[in-house]
Amino acid sequence: MRSGVKSMKIDLDAVEETAKLLYIRALKVLPDDIKDGFQRLDAAETDATGKSILATMIRNIDVAEDTDNLLCQDTGIPIYNITIGRGVEVDGIDLKTAIRKGCARATKEYPLRSSVVHPVTRKNEHTSCGRRVPVINVDFSGAEQELVIEMIPKGSGSENGSFLKMCIPADGVAGIKTFVIDKVLEAGGKVCPPTIVGVGIGGTADLCMKMAKIAATRRLGSVCDDREGAKLEAELSDAVNTLGIGPQGLGGDSTSFAVHVETAATHITMNPVAVNIQCHSARRAKATFTPTGVEIGV
Amino acid sequence: MTEHEFTMPVSEDDVRKLRIGDHVVLQDTLFGIRDATLIHMFDKGRKTRLDLNGHAVIHTAPNVKKVPVSNSCPAGYQSICIGTTTSARMERFTRPLMERDGVRMIIGKGGLGEESAKAFQDLGGVYLAIIGGTAALETTWIEKILDVDMDDLNPESLWQFKIKDFGPLLVGMDAHGGSLFEEVRANAQDKRAAALARMGIDS
Repeated sequence: MRSGVKSMKIDLDAVEETAKLLYIRALKVLPDDIKDGFQRLDAAETDATGKSILATMIRNIDVAEDTDNLLCQDTGIPIYNITIGRGVEVDGIDLKTAIRKGCARATKEYPLRSSVVHPVTRKNEHTSCGRRVPVINVDFSGAEQELVIEMIPKGSGSENGSFLKMCIPADGVAGIKTFVIDKVLEAGGKVCPPTIVGVGIGGTADLCMKMAKIAATRRLGSVCDDREGAKLEAELSDAVNTLGIGPQGLGGDSTSFAVHVETAATHITMNPVAVNIQCHSARRAKATFTPTGVEIGV
Repeated sequence: MTEHEFTMPVSEDDVRKLRIGDHVVLQDTLFGIRDATLIHMFDKGRKTRLDLNGHAVIHTAPNVKKVPVSNSCPAGYQSICIGTTTSARMERFTRPLMERDGVRMIIGKGGLGEESAKAFQDLGGVYLAIIGGTAALETTWIEKILDVDMDDLNPESLWQFKIKDFGPLLVGMDAHGGSLFEEVRANAQDKRAAALARMGIDS
């Protein structure tokens, strides 16, 4: 333990309960930044069909809250992102077990549709759990006495809009930009636009795709902390919304809320680019554990 | 754009009247199918006891709760949240669904491809676009789950829903070769060069 940092023990029963609550909450209440994104797109949309579809999507957000129902039938693949701050005392294996139990309990007790099957037998355990699922990502932060659990139910329509290309250095940045535009065109209405297009640039093949997922699930309004990545975000966000794909691929200006980019250093011989898309039901929920208790938000 | 209302099932003449851009509201009966249902029906040769002739099917796999059988839940299932999924994965099943089972309308999101467009033309069928991700709203158009078959595939069973004012749905593909999705796709492809040029790329 680093000297001067107070320790905080994590109650695993609270983790299990929180993992359950986060899954259900994420499926019902859209984060404020996505709601604001809808208002922004609606104000700028010039196509009559696009405008009418956006209006129905906005109405659905209200109906879900008014009827205490799920926004979308797709309960997704559950992803839990854990960020462990300084001074946090927790057994890692027990933490993962508690999250897995909470995820299964949400599915059984609510009940939610389990969308998770074995990849070969296609057998559904009806727990939203399976081999290596829920996806549990662990990272660390400098925050003292704080543990954050973010839950993302990742819908399959948009997850099927995932692409990786190991471009070569001679393809340059032009190769990256062209790949993103071509994949947005290919995905069309299948990924439930308006979307957040997540782009990973650099790293290894696996890191590249992981960054694309981080980018696709980032808050709207957030900006890549690499200046070069931020420049590409602005250019690509502008360009994708000139394609006219529109809400649901039925035409209009609102193809994407934004293009988000994450970057990592890569090899001298490599120039990888990955695309991972988030649908308009861009759901997430977050819980923060501190010595004073657990706070649930987005 | 014309507005239509149909009490299911419909005839070939009914669907051939529809044109892309029209709005449709359905009443009474709707069936739910999905990847596994179709794979089992057409790749594994399973037959259903439910009569799909002249009916609409929606690409779905609902959130349901198992409950005792009652008047409001005759199949022993209460609907929790019912929406739609991406249709493109089910493209190759459009023609057999129409030929073998007499389906006239397919409801989903994202559209279907050329083979389906041809099947709609040849056999008399339409694709009705529903807005993906708006399941909370769509659930309010479903009165109850009437029946379920092939339930070993749950949630990808073959569902029979009792519906009321299901829609408006947009005719995305009609029986005359029209496809809004294809129009938008071709239009977007035409804009590709300009989008790249905005970022300094000659294509």
